[in-house]
Amino acid sequence: MRKSKALIFEMGRTGRQGYSLPSNDVPDKPLGELLPDKMQRSCDLGLPELSEVEIIRHFTELSTRNFGVDTGFYPLGSCTMKYNPKVNEEAAALPGFAFMHPCQPQQASQGALELLYNFEQGLKELTAMDRFTLQPAAGAHGELTGLMVIQAYHRHRGDHKRNKVLIPLSAHGTNPATVSMAGYEVVQVPCDDRGLVDLNALKEALDDTTAALMLTNPSTLGLFEEEIIPMARAVHEAGGLLYYDGANMNAIMGYTRPGDMGFDVVHLNIHKTLSTPHGGGGPGGGPVGVKERLIPFLPVPLVDKKNEEFYFDYDVPDSIGKVHAFYGNFGVAVKAYTYMRMMGAEGLKQASTDAVINANYLMSLLKKTFYLPYDRICKHEFVLSARPEKKKGAGAGDIAKALLDRGFHPPTVYFPLIVEEALMIEPTDTEAKETLDAFAAVMEMIAKDIDEDAEKVAHGPYNTVVGRLDEVRAARSPILRWEKES
Amino acid sequence: MGGKHYLPLTDEDRQEMLAKIGVKSADDLFSDIPAEVRLQRELDLPPAISESEVLKHLNSLAAKNKHFHNCVSFMGAGVYDHFIPSIVSHITGRSEFYTCYTPYQPEISQGILQAIFEYQTMICQLTGMDVANASMYDGGTAVAEGAVMGCGATRRSKALVSKSVSPFYREVLRNYFSSRGLDLEEIPVKDGYTDKSELEKMLGDDVASVILQQPNFFGLVEDMDNVADMIHSHKAVFVVSVDPLSLALLKSPADYGADIVVGEGQSLGVPASFGGPLLGIMASRSKFVRQLPGRIAGETVDSEGNRGFVLTLQTREQHIRREKAASNICSNEALVALGASVYMAAMGPSGLREVAGQCLQKAGYAREKIAALDGFEDVFPGPVFKEFAIKVPGDPAELNKKLLEKDILGGVDLTPFYPEMKNTMLFAVTEKRTREEIDSLVRELEGWK
Repeated sequence: MRKSKALIFEMGRTGRQGYSLPSNDVPDKPLGELLPDKMQRSCDLGLPELSEVEIIRHFTELSTRNFGVDTGFYPLGSCTMKYNPKVNEEAAALPGFAFMHPCQPQQASQGALELLYNFEQGLKELTAMDRFTLQPAAGAHGELTGLMVIQAYHRHRGDHKRNKVLIPLSAHGTNPATVSMAGYEVVQVPCDDRGLVDLNALKEALDDTTAALMLTNPSTLGLFEEEIIPMARAVHEAGGLLYYDGANMNAIMGYTRPGDMGFDVVHLNIHKTLSTPHGGGGPGGGPVGVKERLIPFLPVPLVDKKNEEFYFDYDVPDSIGKVHAFYGNFGVAVKAYTYMRMMGAEGLKQASTDAVINANYLMSLLKKTFYLPYDRICKHEFVLSARPEKKKGAGAGDIAKALLDRGFHPPTVYFPLIVEEALMIEPTDTEAKETLDAFAAVMEMIAKDIDEDAEKVAHGPYNTVVGRLDEVRAARSPILRWEKES
Repeated sequence: MGGKHYLPLTDEDRQEMLAKIGVKSADDLFSDIPAEVRLQRELDLPPAISESEVLKHLNSLAAKNKHFHNCVSFMGAGVYDHFIPSIVSHITGRSEFYTCYTPYQPEISQGILQAIFEYQTMICQLTGMDVANASMYDGGTAVAEGAVMGCGATRRSKALVSKSVSPFYREVLRNYFSSRGLDLEEIPVKDGYTDKSELEKMLGDDVASVILQQPNFFGLVEDMDNVADMIHSHKAVFVVSVDPLSLALLKSPADYGADIVVGEGQSLGVPASFGGPLLGIMASRSKFVRQLPGRIAGETVDSEGNRGFVLTLQTREQHIRREKAASNICSNEALVALGASVYMAAMGPSGLREVAGQCLQKAGYAREKIAALDGFEDVFPGPVFKEFAIKVPGDPAELNKKLLEKDILGGVDLTPFYPEMKNTMLFAVTEKRTREEIDSLVRELEGWK
């Protein structure tokens, strides 16, 4: 049954309380003595007043109006919505991790430092990089950090001409946005008819103003850039560096490594590849790894070890400084480290194998019914085009809504931009064959529904707690907060 | 093999699936990776271990750390040992919340969207701002993005930041600015406060943003009289970094004329976690909404007229605007923001005032006692909220080492950030500290040297 849920501000009653605090046991001074009147708050706090049970029921009901990986299949392309192991959560919640202060003495933080040190060793091996910083709190934050390091490297060499970063058309939106944030200009590199970066166009775009090429490999089309070796050579010959966007690392663990492909800088999305949860948008983790020659520019502090003692190393003379107030999302690193230890080398490789088998299998089921613009072996994901369906009256977005009615989270829609009416499907390694079969069957049903009554599909969903939401209205007359009726 | 319980495919499944795909082996699916870059060996990682072994290992690492549960903490500088009600982790631990992605499909994401909308409202209530986003990474990146917003809004390229703003945040800010080719100048500090006469001299029509912190890094409550007028007379943007908990007692930033309010939200029921994940707060007046970075939830209606929530004003964002986006932020700290909402709901207006009030009283009590000790000096007289700077008779690192033996996490040493403040420490006292704990800190200090 459809209904709205009351906002927390529309609930409760003056005088109810949801907390229990000890009373103040130091001599109470008049407020004015500690804080001059003019510095004191003069308006209401405007927070709700509720008992604990009301708060729990409110948020529990909200949670039932939400779909997560634990609810069902979540093939959201490019996001690697794999299962989030529960032991990860338990590990990160240990008081010896969750209640540490970032400034506490290092001798009292040896376990945390050891974990960070060991996690870095694992990341280095996984990617063939020489050093990592764990400070970036998300993938895009890692991109920015990586470009800052690249910038520092070029500036340090006295090479100030390099003001452009090359990006393929298929790149994530964060790539060009990051390039701008780092003060660089974006140069778009087209893809060829195979969906891969056009090597000749890349070569033409390269010159002595190229700071770097940012590349996701496999790409957002789920295709491995087969010409990575000549691409890397060309970029390096032009004096540029190669930046690896690790969003799609889940496809290649144990098969190939960015450092071996010629990349100089890597970020990993540990909330994708290394199984930590996405939390409705975050927290994530975007560690950045670099090759030897870029180590001097990494953010401080680095984690090091001397005579069995772990310590924060601030002695990095050419460091770019900091990108996070402290050491990044430590709690997320604990989860990712736990996962790496549970999986081991063989388990991680098997995860990539299964992610790729699942994607190719689902692709082989769906390409019978849907248009597959790039029909070749994919890696962890593939992209369908709902262009034919759109012509019938229901496009990618409508197919997504139809999936909601059948209990699946839809694929990513309308991305990558180079595929019209894109449906980007990433099943991940943690899904059973039966789930993929069921998903494919539902997709076929939806295709049939479109043939029979596209109009109906275009107005879905029908079984969700709210119907299709008016996003245009939300943007045209924004209501961005609740306000008390006056 | 490790992690088998996370990987549902059996060998039989794999064989059937490969046959369906039309390849002989899984290796064929990787044939597009050139041989030259194929890893010819297994990854060299520690061997896989079982769940019970991994927990044993993680427990043994955690046991090597001191923390708020086995120590009494007087550390602050942006991260504090506040009480976190049990309900916070029970709600953030609901997997419908923590295992979902950014709510791109609103019809099955009403839970997190409404929670974000409620969080935005609470942040607006506390700060007096018109609009808040769904979160930034932490206080440092929120300060940096707030300053950048000012540049975007004014089309100017210089910011002034007070030296009384957290040095941790200033380092992030400096980095963001230098990378973009923006100018950053520091406003000197006098007696622990931002030097307003210097600020006035430094202001000019080329200044985009001015960044202050309230309470400032030394714990002092800055006098914000005339600051906004001074800044606005040059059409610059007033950015203030706040501890949201302090707003239960302190004047709302809107009331002293701030345009953009940023800050670290850790004091709102967020575990310290060795400094992350934290919660970056970002709120502003409505005229800056197009420059706001990150996700924003907005209210709308569905096809039947029911109220619902969606991510909105997305034309600011990277996935739509690409290189013209307000910021590159994609992932944020949404789950931490949810926890902060639960905390604020649990505390309500009276609980939040009680927590803030106890911080004020207990910090005041501790400050007076410590300042009365021989050799200890209260360096910056003036009202504080929950922390204060003390000059100690010796090396702060040595003092902390000694306190640690008594299971006390002492103060943060200011010397690395302010070399001119030799042997000066920042002590924080939250509502969790008892009189007895404060007294025993005082006894340890008294007995030192």
